[in-house]
Amino acid sequence: MASTAAARPLTADPEPPLAVHRSLRNRISARLGAVLLVAPGVIWLIVFFLVPLGIIFVVSLGTKDAAGHVVLDRLGLQNYAQATRPEYLPAFANSLRYALITTILSIGLGYPIAYWISRYGGQRKILLLILVMLPFWTSYLIRTYAWMIILRDNGVLNGILRSIGLIDEPLILLNTDLSVILGMTYGFLPFAILPLFVSIDRLDPNLVQAARDLYASGRGAFLHVTLPLTMPGVIAAALLTFIPAIGDYVTPDLLGGAQTTTAAKLIQVLFTSGRDWPYGSALGFILMIATLGGTLLALRSLRRETFA
Amino acid sequence: MSPRNRWLSGFAVVIYAFLFAPIVVLIVFSFNDSRRTFVWRGFTLNWYPTLFENAGLIDALRTTLVVAAVAVVVSTILGSLLGLGLARLRFRGRGATETLLLLPMVTPEILMGISLLIFFFQLFGAIGSIGQISLAHITFCISYVAVTVRARAAGMDPKLEEAARDLGASAGGAFRYVTIPMILPAIVAGAMLAFALSFDDLVVTQFNYGVGSETLPIFIYSSIKFGVSPQINAISTIIVAVVSIALLVAWRLGAFRQERPSLAVEDAPAT
Repeated sequence: MASTAAARPLTADPEPPLAVHRSLRNRISARLGAVLLVAPGVIWLIVFFLVPLGIIFVVSLGTKDAAGHVVLDRLGLQNYAQATRPEYLPAFANSLRYALITTILSIGLGYPIAYWISRYGGQRKILLLILVMLPFWTSYLIRTYAWMIILRDNGVLNGILRSIGLIDEPLILLNTDLSVILGMTYGFLPFAILPLFVSIDRLDPNLVQAARDLYASGRGAFLHVTLPLTMPGVIAAALLTFIPAIGDYVTPDLLGGAQTTTAAKLIQVLFTSGRDWPYGSALGFILMIATLGGTLLALRSLRRETFA
Repeated sequence: MSPRNRWLSGFAVVIYAFLFAPIVVLIVFSFNDSRRTFVWRGFTLNWYPTLFENAGLIDALRTTLVVAAVAVVVSTILGSLLGLGLARLRFRGRGATETLLLLPMVTPEILMGISLLIFFFQLFGAIGSIGQISLAHITFCISYVAVTVRARAAGMDPKLEEAARDLGASAGGAFRYVTIPMILPAIVAGAMLAFALSFDDLVVTQFNYGVGSETLPIFIYSSIKFGVSPQINAISTIIVAVVSIALLVAWRLGAFRQERPSLAVEDAPAT
């Protein structure tokens, strides 16, 4: 495959970029341009993003002394051995479970909304999208805190349910699996709706009409035309919810209570009060590999969908 | 209305209610006359004026704004140049640069937080400061700015620059008077995104702040964990109000209109 095609799978490029123009002057200015335009950002990302990620890996092979300082004398895989011991598996299992359920729910709830905005939004499409994004522009932390107010034993929801006589005793809603999943889905739903909207809105309604004209049922046209053609949006939405969800420790911490452990929460404790950086780094590195693996899988299927 | 249409619309109403319920609750409880924030005791405006007497909160707000300002300026410059370069130039290592740009966006925030903590501590002995937070925020903002600007620049007609050059503009002049104005909306959008990301960031900041450099999200987080004050609701309400007004004004001004710069659009004389 040509490397240029691999680099830009999603954008059409009708005009040849500047550097393709033949003159020597242009070629020199393109090289100069690359140095002036691209180099500063690239250097920044290498120094403050790639190098630190590499350091995580080195530290994850080390040990700590009594004061909690990192010791890099004898490098080994002991932290990884510890991380995969059975008693730590629930944390990883929880992370994965929360992230997967959140992703499925976000797409399940987000798809109909995106579809509705695209097909029935009319003149108000942009406003409806802004309303979806408005919660995203207000602090995630603050919104999570609002859910605590709603879900507490003596909170808003229990108050409403009690006053209309549906329950006598307050339901235990906060600090459960349910509240964590609800909080995460709430937090990441806008991330799902946006890419779904973009791909649904781009779909030519005539294609669906053609399928209907050829006697496809409404469901058939959706399953065989609409859904496959909007798959890139679905995959993008899955990535945009799965990645923040698997690394989230704020929601499990605030809405899950003390007994809910996730990998990210373990890492947070190990780097703050627990102070075991090498072990925390090993957990972080495992989380990174899991996330990158999932991302690459998703991107590969996205590429296949796009060029199918 | 077809039955399916009606069903979908009903569903949409429920989802919008779901999205806004916490925000409504937050606003209502900022007027609650009770120290314990989750039981309604009556209406008061008390929490708003006392907000400004809370020195810790005001300091945190100031730190947040300083960090956001630095992060926005630096990441907008670096990110815009990067996005422009990726859209307009072919050079060796372009594919690798694209990957490098995407990586921070697909890395869980907590990893960026701990990696920068280790980086600054192990290499420089730094234990958290406004400067360290700012460097961290610039790092996660660059990609978002670059992607936004690249999308706009890729849709821009290169003939416009050539036309300027043909009319005698220098390379710098064409860049300054043609390229920059054309991609300006994307630069502004990228800067707004960077501000929102920086202003709201808890996770990366939590591993890179130190004594005296708490940001507003850090302050709110510890308030939530160790005893909430209704002032949190009040400050949140103010933030929600400011953001909503800004977004609605931007919408009225047409900031979200989708348009693609091309020769055809720009035929009209510039004013």
